[in-house]
Amino acid sequence: MNSLVIAITLFILALLIGVEVIGKVPATLHTPLMSGANSIHGIVIVGVVIIATEAHSPLSYVLIFLAAILGAMNVVGGYVVTDRMLEMFKSSKSGRKKNKDDQNHQASAVPVANAEDGGADK
Amino acid sequence: MNTLDIITWFVYLLSSVMFVMGLHCMNSPKTARTGNRISAAGMIIAVAMAFIHLFATGFASSLAIVLLVLGILIGSAAGVYSARKVKMTDMPQLVSVFNTVGGGAAALVALNDILTSEGTPTLVVLITAGLGVVIGSVTFTGSLIAAGKLQGVSLIKNLKLPAKAVWNVLFALLTVLCLVMLCLNPDNRTPWALLTAIFALGYGLVFVIPIGGADMPVVISVLNACTGTAVAMNGLAIDNVALIVAGALVGAAGATLSVLMAQAMNRPLLSVLAGGFGGSSVSASQDQGAQGTMKETTPDDVAVQLVYADKVIFVPGFGLAQAQAQRELADLGELLKGHGVEVSYAIHPVAGRMPGHMNVLLAEANVPYEELIDLDDINPQFPSANVALVVGANDVTNPAARRPGTAVSGMPILDVDKAQHVVVLKRGRGKGYAGIENELYFNPNTQMLFNDAKVSLQAIIASVKELIA
Repeated sequence: MNSLVIAITLFILALLIGVEVIGKVPATLHTPLMSGANSIHGIVIVGVVIIATEAHSPLSYVLIFLAAILGAMNVVGGYVVTDRMLEMFKSSKSGRKKNKDDQNHQASAVPVANAEDGGADK
Repeated sequence: MNTLDIITWFVYLLSSVMFVMGLHCMNSPKTARTGNRISAAGMIIAVAMAFIHLFATGFASSLAIVLLVLGILIGSAAGVYSARKVKMTDMPQLVSVFNTVGGGAAALVALNDILTSEGTPTLVVLITAGLGVVIGSVTFTGSLIAAGKLQGVSLIKNLKLPAKAVWNVLFALLTVLCLVMLCLNPDNRTPWALLTAIFALGYGLVFVIPIGGADMPVVISVLNACTGTAVAMNGLAIDNVALIVAGALVGAAGATLSVLMAQAMNRPLLSVLAGGFGGSSVSASQDQGAQGTMKETTPDDVAVQLVYADKVIFVPGFGLAQAQAQRELADLGELLKGHGVEVSYAIHPVAGRMPGHMNVLLAEANVPYEELIDLDDINPQFPSANVALVVGANDVTNPAARRPGTAVSGMPILDVDKAQHVVVLKRGRGKGYAGIENELYFNPNTQMLFNDAKVSLQAIIASVKELIA
């Protein structure tokens, strides 16, 4: 019972931290935030590993196998796609540099060509 | 607690701290990517520790471990594949799919706790794991339907549920009833646990099916919070600090985002979840649409206005993404900036299909994030803008929101009408999601350019290039 009391305390405190931290995230990043938070609940994979320790019946073999697939997809996919999104958020620093180069070349068509190159890289 | 348990506890605590730090770093685009990696590192540490503990303490069956590792490998491969392949416009669906599998995993773990425990599980385990089963199952089917609706799978989109209130109450009651029976009859737990799961799965279906496709982002966010809570319940059942803290963090994140989103859409969260926007409220407001004539313009004329402007504000909406014209808009922005025009992008909180989605779409088109400006910061700038170029946004620009009595009343809007000239690129004369005419279109300083956004923007770019050269 004692450990349950501690666990509930942890749960409540973590909720408060969550509200506090999330409230500070700008709207710009809400999509990556949702996706990032989504991957954090993939922590359930740790739960799968823990229950696998005691598994010895066919039923639990099936449950563990399915839960491992679903949990791993959640956590790995979530982090990869969030990283992919955040990679695209670029500061104008790199953009400004590009503009300067363009002005040096003195050709108005260059920015568009550059943008198209960027597209081909994707 | 032996030494290994204490080490394990602190490692889980460390990874929980890393999750908080990771989320904290999300408060700026500069540090967000690092934050996500800190969070991922925390996850790797937690999983590694779980495996170390597993091998150090021994396990009941090698087959279980083989299946565990095999499952993780298959799941990881599927996750990486879908994460790499997805188009940025389809991001909300993918988040929903990952939420589906997360909820499913949480439900399965909880089910395992109840069904395969040695001896009779304690009441605490029955309650927490039971809640894990319920919430995880609701999330599983609910997110699946949400993803299907967003993807536009016609089978799911056309699903209708007559008497939705009856079904919702019925399934909710049956789920709660079975959960109570499960807790009261631990010796007969298998049938009750399975019934609980089945009715909770059914509740997920009847909960999401009546909700309109445009409200899916809010639903996804709510279900995301649910998965987090289900994971935390699992944490309570198996007494694991990492699951409790991470689950609570996600629960808080999902709840906070849901409320923010509902506010931005100007609707109480509960009314979104009850479903049924687009019914009576819209037909009632039908008669008070704006009157007058719209002024049409040509791409050449728009190009002249843009090139000779000092300051231009782009106002992108989901119509831009539907036309796949983000890159064209970014190119036009680059051209104008090269010509010395000040360009910025006004981003409404619900532009796109989920909050912040438009930012991701424009980031993909290489628009620097400093140029993407939130509602509160951009609104004071409209009066000093020579041209506001609205591309595929409708309700979020409707001045009718400023006075009471319309379907959009009270909704936070972009003050586009305060710009000196307004150009609206729009596919047709149709109404927005709220179902009313946009008064902006009838303003004397507004010009309309009717066509696919991509075609219009390409035409504008072509004539801007001629003018600059």
